[in-house]
Amino acid sequence: MISFSQVYKRYPNGYEALKNISFSLEAGEMALITGHSGAGKTTLLRLIAAIERPTSGSIIVNGQNVSTLKGGAIPFLRRNLGLVFQDQKILFDRNVFQNVLLPLQISGFGSTAATRRVRAALDKVGLLNREKAWPITLSGGEQQRLCIARAIVNRPSILIADEPTSNLDADYARDIMDMFVSFNQVGVAILIATHDVELLGSMQQRILTLNHGELAA
Amino acid sequence: MNVWLSHHLHALALAFKRLGRAPLGSLLSIAVIGIAFSLPAGIYVLLENLQALSGQVSGAPQLSLFLRLDVDKDDVAKIESYLEQHPPVASFKFVSKDSALDQLKQESGLADVMNGLERNPLPDAFVVSTRALTPEGLEALRMELGQLPQVEYAQVDSAWAKRLDALLKLGHLAVLLLGALLSFSLIAVAFNTIRLQILTMQDEIEVAKLIGATTGFVRRPFLYFGALQGMVGGAAAWLIISAGIYLTDDQLKDLLQLYEVNFRLYHLSLEDSLSLLLFSAGLGWAGAWLSVANHLSQVEPR
Ligand SMILES: Nc1ncnc2c1ncn2[C@@H]1O[C@H](COP(=O)(O)OP(=O)(O)OP(=O)(O)O)[C@@H](O)[C@H]1O
Ligand SMILES: [Mg+2]
Repeated sequence: MISFSQVYKRYPNGYEALKNISFSLEAGEMALITGHSGAGKTTLLRLIAAIERPTSGSIIVNGQNVSTLKGGAIPFLRRNLGLVFQDQKILFDRNVFQNVLLPLQISGFGSTAATRRVRAALDKVGLLNREKAWPITLSGGEQQRLCIARAIVNRPSILIADEPTSNLDADYARDIMDMFVSFNQVGVAILIATHDVELLGSMQQRILTLNHGELAA
Repeated sequence: MNVWLSHHLHALALAFKRLGRAPLGSLLSIAVIGIAFSLPAGIYVLLENLQALSGQVSGAPQLSLFLRLDVDKDDVAKIESYLEQHPPVASFKFVSKDSALDQLKQESGLADVMNGLERNPLPDAFVVSTRALTPEGLEALRMELGQLPQVEYAQVDSAWAKRLDALLKLGHLAVLLLGALLSFSLIAVAFNTIRLQILTMQDEIEVAKLIGATTGFVRRPFLYFGALQGMVGGAAAWLIISAGIYLTDDQLKDLLQLYEVNFRLYHLSLEDSLSLLLFSAGLGWAGAWLSVANHLSQVEPR
């Protein structure tokens, strides 16, 4: 499903954020990426969605070689991924419903089918009764759920989440993680970056640890 | 529903929404486009009207044939028979030198001066009405009649119609030039409106790109917006011209009736109106396209 082999990422300023990364995530597998702040977690996730390009090495996602993907093919790669961003990227001039609708508009869904899917996604994250609300009126946890709803509305086979539990209290973080586990149970491959050590202790999943851009054994 | 159709409907709906979202800004842009376009289009309407009017006034162009001073009755008869057999001639009237002098005395009020003349200085003349001819045909007829041995000089009485015709041609050229110049202003308006939109919508564009929007998906609403704004601007120009016609038509009618001309101002024809709308829509689209090509690449996801 996702496979990195000898991937290096050096930013234009010369900083080497990832060094010799090799790992793979099978279809339907769930893994957590952890590491100190600045270890390269976000960089790694951005490489998968071709938001950043590797300096060397190869990245295969859904059978496509992302490292050599042409610009015109990138949108279609991203449509098959569910992405939750560390900085959320909620649109505050659209209500909850319309934020979740955006990926479907991009894929060209008709409005009735799209409405049904948006409601289903909001239902899964427990925001169905807030569909008309403006994002600014949501709590931090609810905003996080909104991001997750937007990521799953396209029914992707891979879900990638960057710090989905940051700034949430332990109980709420637990809820969110349980949600991901339940997505995984229906076959979605999941990769989550987090530095929430407390949370990690209670999880059964595979853990990849990054340390200054290198994967610890 | 088909994906292509759904994408275009979405873009069109978005364009309408954006046009409605900033009513004052949109209104001002539309007014600028409307005023800019009402100028060449208005002059065009004026020229079309002048042309129609000149056709009505010079409906039966006339030629005056001034005969040589030494012609006699036989010569006059020869010309009469020549004119009778000449198809482009609709009718003619002989004006003898004596009757011409009488008329001049009456009209000019210079009877005393005229009476003092030793002999009549005026020539015999024919006033020839021609069948409706083009200015070129009229000129050919004038040359032909002017070469008759008895004729001293042939003059087209509606020479002004010819001059007007030349002026109208010049006017049309001026309209084209003016239209071309002001087209730039429409492109500039669209370019800048879209540039501002892209700036204020950076977040939206960025998020859309991050979750799989193609460049086409992001670009389309802007192009529709440019075309829509251009078209509404063209409609505004049309309304401005309508208002102008409405305000001048009645007064012009009264004025022209003094000259016994029955004439109402024409508006742009349906064809011309549609061309105006399509043209302004096309220019808006072009301006939006330029703007998008220049500014969209600056909004890259981070
Ligand atoms: N665009 C960039 N240009 C230069 N350096 C960058 C850029 N983005 C990230 N870095 C650097 O790369 C390193 C890894 O950054 P990254 O965002 O991947 O860390 P992270 O593990 O996600 O950290 P955090 O837990 O704080 O989110 C950091 O040292 C950061 O300063
Ligand atoms: Mg990070």
